[in-house]
Amino acid sequence: MVLEKMEMFLDNLQPMDLMRSEKMSFVQLIIPAESAHRAISYLGELGLLQFRDLNADKSPFQRTFVNQVKRCGEMSRKLRFFKDQINKAGLLSSAHPVIEPDVELEELEIQLGEHEHELIEMNSNSEKLQQSYNELLEFKMVLQKAVGFLVSSNSHAVAEETELNENVYSNDDYGETTSFLEKELRSVPSNQSGLRFISGIIPRSKVLRFERMLFRATRGNMLFNQAPADEEIMDPVSTEMVEKTVFVVFFSGEQARTKILKICEAFGANCYPVPEDITKQRQITREVLSRLSELEATLDAGIRHRNKALASIGYQLTKWMNMVKREKAVYDTLNMLNFDVTKKCLVGEGWCPSFAKAQIQETLQRATFDSNSQVGIIFHVMDALESPPTYFRTNRFTNAFQEIVDAYGVARYEEANPAVYTVVTFPFLFAVMFGDWGHGICLLMGALILIARESKLSSQKLGSFMEMLFGGRYVLLLMALFSIYCGLIYNEFFSVPFHIFGGSAYKCRDTTCSDAHIAGLMKYRDPYPFGVDPSWRGSRSELPFLNSLKMKMSILLGVAQMNLGIILSYFNARFFGNSLDIRYQFVPQIIFLNCLFGYLSLLIIIKWCSGSQADLYHVMIYMFLSPTDDLGENQLFWGQRPLQILLLLLALIAVPWMLLPKPFILKKLHTERFQGRTYGILGTSEMDLDMEPGSARSHHDDFNFSEVFVHQMIHSIEFVLGAVSNTASYLRLWALSLAHSELSTVFYEKVLLLAWGYDNIIIRLVGLAVFAFATAFILLMMETLSAFLHALRLHWVEFQNKFYHGDGYKFKPFSFASTTEDD
Amino acid sequence: MYGFEALTFNIHGGYLEAIVRGHRSGLLTAADYNNLCQCETLDDIKMHLTATEYGPYLQNEPSPLHTTTIVEKCTLKLVDEYKHMLCQATEPLSIFLEYCTYGHMIDNVVLIVTGTLHERDVQELLEKCHPLGMFDSIATLAVAQNMRELYRLVLVDTPLAPYFSECITSEDLDDMNIEIMRNTLYKAYLEDFYRFCQKLGGATAEIMSDLLAFEADRRAVNITINSIGTELTRDDRRKLYSNFGLLYPYGHEELAVCEDLDQVRGVMEKYPPYQSIFSRLSYGESQLLDKAFYEEEVKRLCLSFEQQFHYAVFFAYMRLREQEIRNLMWISECVAQNQKSRVHDSVVFIF
Repeated sequence: MVLEKMEMFLDNLQPMDLMRSEKMSFVQLIIPAESAHRAISYLGELGLLQFRDLNADKSPFQRTFVNQVKRCGEMSRKLRFFKDQINKAGLLSSAHPVIEPDVELEELEIQLGEHEHELIEMNSNSEKLQQSYNELLEFKMVLQKAVGFLVSSNSHAVAEETELNENVYSNDDYGETTSFLEKELRSVPSNQSGLRFISGIIPRSKVLRFERMLFRATRGNMLFNQAPADEEIMDPVSTEMVEKTVFVVFFSGEQARTKILKICEAFGANCYPVPEDITKQRQITREVLSRLSELEATLDAGIRHRNKALASIGYQLTKWMNMVKREKAVYDTLNMLNFDVTKKCLVGEGWCPSFAKAQIQETLQRATFDSNSQVGIIFHVMDALESPPTYFRTNRFTNAFQEIVDAYGVARYEEANPAVYTVVTFPFLFAVMFGDWGHGICLLMGALILIARESKLSSQKLGSFMEMLFGGRYVLLLMALFSIYCGLIYNEFFSVPFHIFGGSAYKCRDTTCSDAHIAGLMKYRDPYPFGVDPSWRGSRSELPFLNSLKMKMSILLGVAQMNLGIILSYFNARFFGNSLDIRYQFVPQIIFLNCLFGYLSLLIIIKWCSGSQADLYHVMIYMFLSPTDDLGENQLFWGQRPLQILLLLLALIAVPWMLLPKPFILKKLHTERFQGRTYGILGTSEMDLDMEPGSARSHHDDFNFSEVFVHQMIHSIEFVLGAVSNTASYLRLWALSLAHSELSTVFYEKVLLLAWGYDNIIIRLVGLAVFAFATAFILLMMETLSAFLHALRLHWVEFQNKFYHGDGYKFKPFSFASTTEDD
Repeated sequence: MYGFEALTFNIHGGYLEAIVRGHRSGLLTAADYNNLCQCETLDDIKMHLTATEYGPYLQNEPSPLHTTTIVEKCTLKLVDEYKHMLCQATEPLSIFLEYCTYGHMIDNVVLIVTGTLHERDVQELLEKCHPLGMFDSIATLAVAQNMRELYRLVLVDTPLAPYFSECITSEDLDDMNIEIMRNTLYKAYLEDFYRFCQKLGGATAEIMSDLLAFEADRRAVNITINSIGTELTRDDRRKLYSNFGLLYPYGHEELAVCEDLDQVRGVMEKYPPYQSIFSRLSYGESQLLDKAFYEEEVKRLCLSFEQQFHYAVFFAYMRLREQEIRNLMWISECVAQNQKSRVHDSVVFIF
């Protein structure tokens, strides 16, 4: 009777949005070729249909619309080129886009091609100009610098010559041979042809090696003069400014000349002839200077022209980029469709949420109408073989929680979604470990700042850390609120207790009692109305009291959450109509857990209510070791011993209950189903035609008893052991909250109070700074992170392993919004 | 201390080993090659390659593509990866990595010297050089007239200098000389590399000695085959063989006197590891020998990844990447010249 009523009640429950994923339909689209492109782009704007790749066996270049995809790739390459050029020119590409009528893709392609052609031409022109400009500039520098060397060498020809050589040799420690070579040199008639020179310019980084190479090649018979150039010269390839050095090499002999020229060429040194005659030099210098100024003007004009062209491109660049990206997405999607036999229609398959069918239908009609197609698009629902994707409609608030669950595994289609509960339990368990309302207020302010600037932050690009923080802003908000709540219960504000809810219930009996003892304290009024009495703080029994409280509380919370998990497994089984799971999995599991740890929770509550001194460890341990013994002073209520025996028996029965029946019943069902079919199924040709390759139907449900049995055994053992270890795992709530409160006490007492003890403003300030630093970085950041991770673990492992399969796949609709975001 | 490198290897080498293994998993697979072999145009190849790790290197190339661009960009990727690893490497590993490039250096020197001998433009030659084997002042090689000058002017500054002691002659350079020089240099280089690896000890020494021995033996066979019918004397030929490897010393004695391919085959079939290579070839066929050797090499290189805590993975990765680039070059050439029937002739699948 009660059960039936329950069933009725459960059946009449409103379906929750987030509890089960959206109902999905497998749909087929038959689109006439002429309206295909438009239909797909409309669907992309709608973003509610996930296409299935029907050409997965084809490589990308064997697909139908490969040419269009290639063209889009080519266009986006051009756009990247423009962007690059615009950035190089130092213009802003993100200027406000001019609103212009939409252009067709073909037009855009032509336009882009023209622009690219124009740009490349301009670039090559300006490159040529730049090159001749560079040459002239270098020539000018060589003239300026080399004249200095030449004047001195010309004025005292012979004397200079020997002197120069001397210089070289003494520099290089060729002392002994100097005199001999000198003689030789002198014997050569020292006219202009005997000593010749090459002048040029070379990047400064290469000078040393260049000089060494020259020295080796000419066996030291040369003089190398260098002077740094005054201006930097732009390298045409990398467009970076390069420092250069002007050099003049004096040498003698024709062979040396060819060698030196070759070396110059190899080192990329540009050689310029400098006439020895001074009047000629002046004349050339004048010429060079005038041509330089001319060229400069031309170059400037060229650059101005180019910048103008780039700016006009820059206005539209983002729009074009978006457009090309969309087009590419459309063609990529079209490539997933199949041509039907007549080659006039495209056939597509995909998933859409059932509620969106009307919307899609309407969109498709619009597409047909807009493209003046004679034939409408056929849109119908089909039977699907594979399991549908999982799609939860989340909002800004629930999204982060759904992400937390999805990080573990995407829910199976229509499976109970733990995110519903995570919204509350996650921040709550976090707060149990992070209970301090001072720290909670700090977190709250951070979260509020993030939420207040939501619209601004969501539009801009954030760093990876900031992005994560911003994504979890609502999680952070709830965590902060809950930790303020838990902090009020623990009565801790940066570890300091406050008398918010009235005075303490305890009072010193006389003036002799000190803070450190509770012996002198006496209770003189009603208990403190909310949370922990502030008098506990600093007393000797503070730790034992808080430990006992928090440990028991952790167990209560843990057992409650695990029970919730098992109950969810019941709802799952009910939803999928699996009575076997209810009878042979859910029932024994809930009995097992509650007989042991549910009973422990009961004892804890009774102990709290009755104020009994019973030792719960003792009770629990002897419940197993000698259940028939008398409990003695540990007895909490009448009839405890028989109840314990009963519970123990139930727990013992529950283990084989969850282990044995299910595999045997499955086996029986299997044999019944195939009774009379002893000959097996012949693979008729009709059936083979029905079966599509790779579909779920093609693999027979082979029943392998041993596999099923082993699987069940693993499950049962895991559950039985897990009941113990998971309960123990919830003790981390206690441990972390203890660590947090002790750490903040240490910072408060050993840093802030210690510093305050001195009557020195500097020490006080330092103490305050250290305290603030430690609070911000260690307590607010590190501790938040660790509490977050532990809460995450409790949800992923202890809670979700009771019911959550998490082997689904996410619904990824084809949508322009997500394609433009990707960049 | 063989067997104990696991204790300390990761202090300096762990990060880079992880990097190189990551790079290795980016090598093209047999499925990729199958797709590439079906390509109709170079654009298809580009499109397929942009979906692989080569993507960022090829995506900004304008569309009428040439084989050289593909190869150039793929090589650029290898060079970038190599430079990154070299930057991160510390002592013995950085030297090891540098050793890996000396082979290219020798090839580049030979390329430039031969090119200038035939009066080609230096810039054009420089473009053809392998970027891993570049060194400063490589362009100056064109100045040299004979080996002595070559050494004195340019190579004395490079790490190749010690290998030159064998071949300093005042003879003018000619094709024959240069080829002998290449092989002498290579011999010295391999022996030096071998000694270096032995000094490193541990798994590096074990695996590298295997890989280098294979390389030395392959060179010995190639030298023998290429010198059949030339004026190279037996003693000279004998001098070009490296003094280690499976064939050393008795195999070398026999190879030195070989007069035709079948004799070489007779010598090689005495050595079990090479028996399988030669047994696949029919008599008198030498075209497929290269491919067979490459396949064997790739097999050995892949095996070196099965062991951890040694440097041979770096050598192996670079060799595999080079093989991959050779494959891509071959496929692109075949596609570009409409010779698709021959596309499988020289592609060596890596995995």
